[in-house]
Amino acid sequence: MTPFFQWLGLPFEWAWFVATIAGILLISLPLMLAVAMIIYVDRKIWAAMALRRGPNVVGPLGLLQSFADGLKVFLQETIIPSGANKTLFLLAPIITFTVALIVWAVVPFQANVALSHINVGLLYVLAASSLGVYGIILAGWASNSKYPFYSAIRAAAQMVSYEVSIGFVLISVVLWAGTFNLGDIVEAQKGSAIFGWVNGYFANPLLFPMAIVFFISSLAETQRAPFDLTEAESELVAGYQTEYSSMAFALYWLGEYANVILMCALNATLFWGGYLPPIDWAPLYYVPGIIWLLAKMCFFFFCFSWVKATVPRYRYDQLMRLGWKIFLPLSLLFVFLVSGYLMLARVGVPA
Amino acid sequence: MIQLLAFYLFAAVVCVSGAFTILSRNPVHSVLWLILAFFNAAGLMVLANAEFIAMLLVIVYVGAVAVLFLFVVMMLNIDFAELRAGVMKYAAVGFALAVALVAEILIAVGAYSAGTLQLGRRIAPIDAKVNNIEAIGQLLYSRYLFVFEGAGLVLLVAMIGAIVLTLRPRTDVKPQKISRQVQRRAKDATRNVNHPVGQGVEL
Repeated sequence: MTPFFQWLGLPFEWAWFVATIAGILLISLPLMLAVAMIIYVDRKIWAAMALRRGPNVVGPLGLLQSFADGLKVFLQETIIPSGANKTLFLLAPIITFTVALIVWAVVPFQANVALSHINVGLLYVLAASSLGVYGIILAGWASNSKYPFYSAIRAAAQMVSYEVSIGFVLISVVLWAGTFNLGDIVEAQKGSAIFGWVNGYFANPLLFPMAIVFFISSLAETQRAPFDLTEAESELVAGYQTEYSSMAFALYWLGEYANVILMCALNATLFWGGYLPPIDWAPLYYVPGIIWLLAKMCFFFFCFSWVKATVPRYRYDQLMRLGWKIFLPLSLLFVFLVSGYLMLARVGVPA
Repeated sequence: MIQLLAFYLFAAVVCVSGAFTILSRNPVHSVLWLILAFFNAAGLMVLANAEFIAMLLVIVYVGAVAVLFLFVVMMLNIDFAELRAGVMKYAAVGFALAVALVAEILIAVGAYSAGTLQLGRRIAPIDAKVNNIEAIGQLLYSRYLFVFEGAGLVLLVAMIGAIVLTLRPRTDVKPQKISRQVQRRAKDATRNVNHPVGQGVEL
């Protein structure tokens, strides 16, 4: 987009600046809309699996339900508890929501279409997702209330634990692709499995288990069922956002779903070929890449909702056992296997 | 122009948040200012084209170390009056440290303006087209392999030490044994009894 603004007569630096701002808006505004719609879809899928109708009153088929909810919380009063630490209390939801948005800077939507082509893209993703903890810890602490604090401690321990195995899963992908750049990782998946027919690392026997581990870890990282212990109503009233009301509460709500969409995008990008069509067959490339990416994201979102509707909540010690005693050794083993195989297959080739 | 603005923004925020880390009365606020300082330092690294170091700074310090700091500070019930009572006792040591740090900064600036060090010349120059993750990887796993592995070993020993210090055999817990639960069948848990009337059940 920079050349376009240069063509309008701006010097390079300012053209770049304006183009970046435009790019950010171009990504984040549709994302907000997507979050509203995905909340509706989540409720619909959940309802269908419970043989209910779900939202069906506001607008045709209930499509405007999320907007009605948004309007409702917008018109409510923001209540700040008298014992709360006011600045941090208001800062926490903003952090959560911002962190859910910043990762989109490196997600490739099509070949060479991403806000930023940094060569440390995947590390940027890890760095941003490690920031997500702060919004939650701060909410729990600043509320100055016991149950939100319990929830925040749970969330922090959970997110830190699963980030470890996510890190190792990402390392095995990076080893195979030979790059940290998300766009290059997607390109490396072109015809990468089953005699070059399939685009995506999921069809690779050494990376398929990692794809599963990554999917389950992304459920845990976004605190979705069955890992939603931070929002265990029976124990914690509501979770870290108990004391929040109005827009601050809505920001948590939006941030949570924005994180879910992001994790769907990362699942699609890292293991399922991102913007590439599923099969390496020329006519399929006429369909724009973003359609394939959206289709894959919708599939993963359906899986997220499916899990939410069908799987009961874990107990906390079981959650920790899964993270530390199963996923961590498993992902470590596969890092060894992947690097061992690559040493064998690419021996004598410079890294 | 934008780079210059970004540099001054990051640098100013680092300085201010560094100052507030020391000055704020609430230790949780201190940790949060420290996190802000880390974050902006990472921004400075990005400006210096060291994006790998920047990301590591955020992942390691902000994502792991500062979370643990925050945990500890939030959980501990710190008595501020007691903490502040000891200030004068350590004032001399603190002053000596401050003098040493200022002297070091002055010496470093002096040495920097006196001319660059020749250490970098001994390594073969790295191809400018190789991006800096690859360049670091190539050096780390060839020239500095032993130092790198040594650092890894030190961390491993530290980790084992921490585990040994905190591990204690506990007899009051009944851990879940998943394999036993999975292997349990109906016949292990139930039995059919043809029980006569008017007698208690023997368990």
